Amino acid sequence: MDYPSTNQNFLSLQNVGIQFNGVDILRNITFDIPKGQTLVVIGESGCGKTVLLKLLISLLQPSSGKVLFDGQDWCTLDGKRTNEQRLRFGFLFQGAALFDSLTVFDNVAFGLRAHSICDEKEIEKLVLMRVKEVGMKESVLGKKPAELSGGMKKRIGLARALILNPEVMLYDEPTTGLDPIMTDVINELILQTRKNMPVTSIVVTHEMRTVQKVADRVIMFSPLPRLKPNEPQMIFDGTTEELFKAPDIRVQQFIHGEAKERTQESDNHLITEEPK
Amino acid sequence: MSEALGKEIKSALNKVSKAFDALGDFTTFSALSLATILKKPSTGTMIPICFRVGVQSVPVVAITGMFIGMVMAIQVYSQFQSLGMATQMGQIINVSVIKELGPVLAATMLAGRIGGSMAAELATMRVTEQVDALICLGVNPLHYLVLPRVLACVLLIPILTVLANFMGVFGGSMVCTEIFKVDPYHYWQNSRGHIQIWDLSVGLIKPIFFGASISLISCHRGMNSRAGAEGVGKAATSAFVWSFMSILVLDFFLALFFNNLHQFLWPDNSIKTFGPK
Repeated sequence: MDYPSTNQNFLSLQNVGIQFNGVDILRNITFDIPKGQTLVVIGESGCGKTVLLKLLISLLQPSSGKVLFDGQDWCTLDGKRTNEQRLRFGFLFQGAALFDSLTVFDNVAFGLRAHSICDEKEIEKLVLMRVKEVGMKESVLGKKPAELSGGMKKRIGLARALILNPEVMLYDEPTTGLDPIMTDVINELILQTRKNMPVTSIVVTHEMRTVQKVADRVIMFSPLPRLKPNEPQMIFDGTTEELFKAPDIRVQQFIHGEAKERTQESDNHLITEEPK
Repeated sequence: MSEALGKEIKSALNKVSKAFDALGDFTTFSALSLATILKKPSTGTMIPICFRVGVQSVPVVAITGMFIGMVMAIQVYSQFQSLGMATQMGQIINVSVIKELGPVLAATMLAGRIGGSMAAELATMRVTEQVDALICLGVNPLHYLVLPRVLACVLLIPILTVLANFMGVFGGSMVCTEIFKVDPYHYWQNSRGHIQIWDLSVGLIKPIFFGASISLISCHRGMNSRAGAEGVGKAATSAFVWSFMSILVLDFFLALFFNNLHQFLWPDNSIKTFGPK
């Protein structure tokens, strides 16, 4: 069934829940992502951020609720249509997920070749353009992923994700494990991608620098084991400025990286003092 | 007492249910993988896999095949010699190698060499999200990763079986004629009469099934691996164990089937052989 799609609900989750082996990971998640927005998803490890990205591109199916993309429920699409819709997405995986057996060139060209989109001459031109866009030199094209550093792998992963001109970019912890300079390079690339293409971006991260630099909107999840049965899992939804002023102690603890013990105040999720 | 019994029954039923689940999962995986055969394999996927399955397996299959023939010759020599039937040794060695040992041995070697490596490779791809990356790029992983492996095994294991057979027959004859000084003319004459075209054909049909089972089991184990180094290791080990068991089980049922088929087609056992019987 199709639902009316507007720029305001380009991507939409409606009461989405997912379980693995009977354990709830996400529960009753509802929000919309407007076209062109850069949404940053934060939260502790194990709160379901990566699972959320995989739900958005239909790599995982929700146990309950609906995930809509451009007005269409993923669950109602057949295999061919699902594939067509997936090609409107680009996904930068946490470890870049480059194909080990292929060279950098073949990795970046993979999407174009798999769908016979253009001839080899055109593929060469496009690959070179994307590789340069992510700040890499032509000399890496013949290398295998094992010969690249973590930051280089991420950049090549981004070039591969962008080669099919996606409408939605999903970034799974794009700066995790990188040094501060490389983190800034990747953040700049996310911004640059948004400038160059009319792309909707969802960025999963733990890095507050990434949040400050790229986010139009931030949402924060809490791991379900820390919540009471009917407490909402999405504990924050707002702008970056609002995030830093949020009264919820869990949000402030996450921002400031404090591993405090639970107290009466933290159980009420309200700050009793101003955050430092 | 009755509560404990109830728990035992429940646990046993749970295990049976899990076994059926796993069988159903494997059957679905196999059916979906084989269905992708309607579309030709992706460019550049077949040659590297055929090289690994075929060319790189030649030394191990050849050496194992030859030594099995040689060991058979040593084992049967004393009995045949004591009966004055040393020139008949070729019969037992060649029939054993061509009908059973060649196909089963080649398949077993490949289950260890190729099955384990396929499972580990696919498991690593799955754990490092390369399989997810394929799906995101609109490529069916069963078509891109599984189909070439299944085709390579189904097409090349019969050829490797021919090599194992040849080397087994050669090794056995070398030991008999060169070490035990059995008369080569009579050795070969007596062997020819006992190998039927049917035996050769069955010996080449069985490896097709072995190849399909090794590749499907290994790919299934790899694609369903758990995360981490331990998961990858377990996938590789279980790929070999299940492939090896499937080879033996399939061998039994195929032998039964082909024996019955032979009886049905030629009730008087009049099938053509390579020489006088």
